[in-house]
Amino acid sequence: MGSLLKKRGWIIGFILAAILFPFVSQNEYFLHILTLAFIWMIAVYGLNLLAGYTGYLSLAHAGFFAIGAYTLGLLTVKAGLNYWIALVLACFLTSAIGAVVGLVALRTREHFFAIYTLCVGYIIYLVIDKWDSLTGGVRGLIGIPAPTSVGPISFQTPLSQYYLILFFLLFTVLVMYRIIHSLTGRTFIAIRNSEDLAQTIGISTMKNKLLVFVISTFFAGLAGALYASFIRFIGPDIGYITIIFDLLTYLLVGGIGTLAGPIVGTFLIVTVSQSLQFLQDYRMLIFGPLLTLLIIFYPRGIVGAYHDWRMKSLAKKKQQLNRKQTYVHTQSTETEKKIKEG
Amino acid sequence: MLELSRVSVDYGGFTAVEQVDITVEEGELVVLLGSNGAGKSTIFNAISGLQKTSSGTILFEETPIQGAAPDKIVQSGIVQCAEDRKLFPQMTVRENLIMGAYIHRRKRKQVNRSLEEVLELFPILHEKRENAAGSLSGGQQQMLAIGRALMSKPKLMLLDEPSIGLAPLIVEQMFEVIQKINQDGTTVLLAEQNAFAALKIANRGYVFESGSIVVQGSSEELLANDTVRRAYIGA
Repeated sequence: MGSLLKKRGWIIGFILAAILFPFVSQNEYFLHILTLAFIWMIAVYGLNLLAGYTGYLSLAHAGFFAIGAYTLGLLTVKAGLNYWIALVLACFLTSAIGAVVGLVALRTREHFFAIYTLCVGYIIYLVIDKWDSLTGGVRGLIGIPAPTSVGPISFQTPLSQYYLILFFLLFTVLVMYRIIHSLTGRTFIAIRNSEDLAQTIGISTMKNKLLVFVISTFFAGLAGALYASFIRFIGPDIGYITIIFDLLTYLLVGGIGTLAGPIVGTFLIVTVSQSLQFLQDYRMLIFGPLLTLLIIFYPRGIVGAYHDWRMKSLAKKKQQLNRKQTYVHTQSTETEKKIKEG
Repeated sequence: MLELSRVSVDYGGFTAVEQVDITVEEGELVVLLGSNGAGKSTIFNAISGLQKTSSGTILFEETPIQGAAPDKIVQSGIVQCAEDRKLFPQMTVRENLIMGAYIHRRKRKQVNRSLEEVLELFPILHEKRENAAGSLSGGQQQMLAIGRALMSKPKLMLLDEPSIGLAPLIVEQMFEVIQKINQDGTTVLLAEQNAFAALKIANRGYVFESGSIVVQGSSEELLANDTVRRAYIGA
């Protein structure tokens, strides 16, 4: 119970900090960076459920991110559809394509899965890049509208967009929390643990893997669609391989297979890489070795390392408590002996 | 109840199991004896659907099950308790057991009842129910693996070398529990190297050598059989 309260504690802390931030700082640049970070977090959460909890490292997620972004862009710009309808359609189209890809990809495992999805991601990028008549090719899509107002609430200002995207992020975290703490979540973990074992207790692994793949691509699509309407311009490079490795870096630094990992990792890397902007691409000289060290010493990232540290200190406390009790116990028996002897 | 006829399993060009016939009647406790690599686990994996058979038929309650998906086979009432006490180490004992009742996940009440029954059968698991499964000792892990298999309420339980790597005292307890599970109405097919202990509780047995059955008979017959005594009991 205590740990549950503490777990909720950091979530409530994060929500408060995120809600209060605009009141503390009026800097639009920070607001922009944070909003963008929230969008990445949503995509990283999608990736985390698949790669972290189910053990299937998909490298196609930048592609799904781009599918979400382009679906929203095309439906609003070219088809003139209402923003919210386009947003919903973008998410569902991405997961539908995800289902088709998953049906084939999930027959492979481990590094074969990674290689296969890497190829799928690259093909998605190529299709977007070369299909000039639909996607505008390298010129990209310009003039994607901001979210239209819902009743009296309009989303034209950066501040309102910040809150809108924060809302979607909280929705994502809530969904992830519910999944991970349910039997479905444990089913995914069981598959990561050992697929054969999962099968011997009656889990249909293909069905569950497909389910997690579809959920995962849904959130990639959602993040992409939000990105499109936030930046208002998209080019084929949002589906490029570098994006998936960015997402993966956020996930690995924060902690793969942890609930808080995506937030911690994304926030940290985005802010640090912004403050090292003056170094340009030489930033990678700092990030590369740091990432390598982190993976060697803390394979489950910052959050994973924190969990391990807490477990250890708890165990230590328990041990000390036991030692004290036995000490008191031996002392009392000794005095008893003395009394008897005396 | 279970009938394997002329079952063969190939791994690439290598035939791991050749033309094997095994029958298990309802309520029986049947043991498969054989050393490492004799094909016991391959037979189990073939029955539970993890391994495709290359020829032969497997009938369970008169329905052919060879080639069916593993989860469908679990639903039909066969559960395998794999070798090496495979568990979900990060999950608690209770969570592991609940995972075992996966096919009954919609029937909450029944799952809770089976959970109570299993915890009653293994008091040590009751004591450790909130501990991570990875923190248990070898014997406790094996108990948990068997308990988890029981959670699916199987008609037939396949137990793959439950005594492997356990202390003699624990092995004895293990066999007592297996006998009790059998007496409570679950048919058991047991793979073992510990021939003496296994034959003591079994009705019948099959002896495997490099992929085929060399001797079969009732426990008494096998205990009296010279080849079996020499090869597996060491007397």
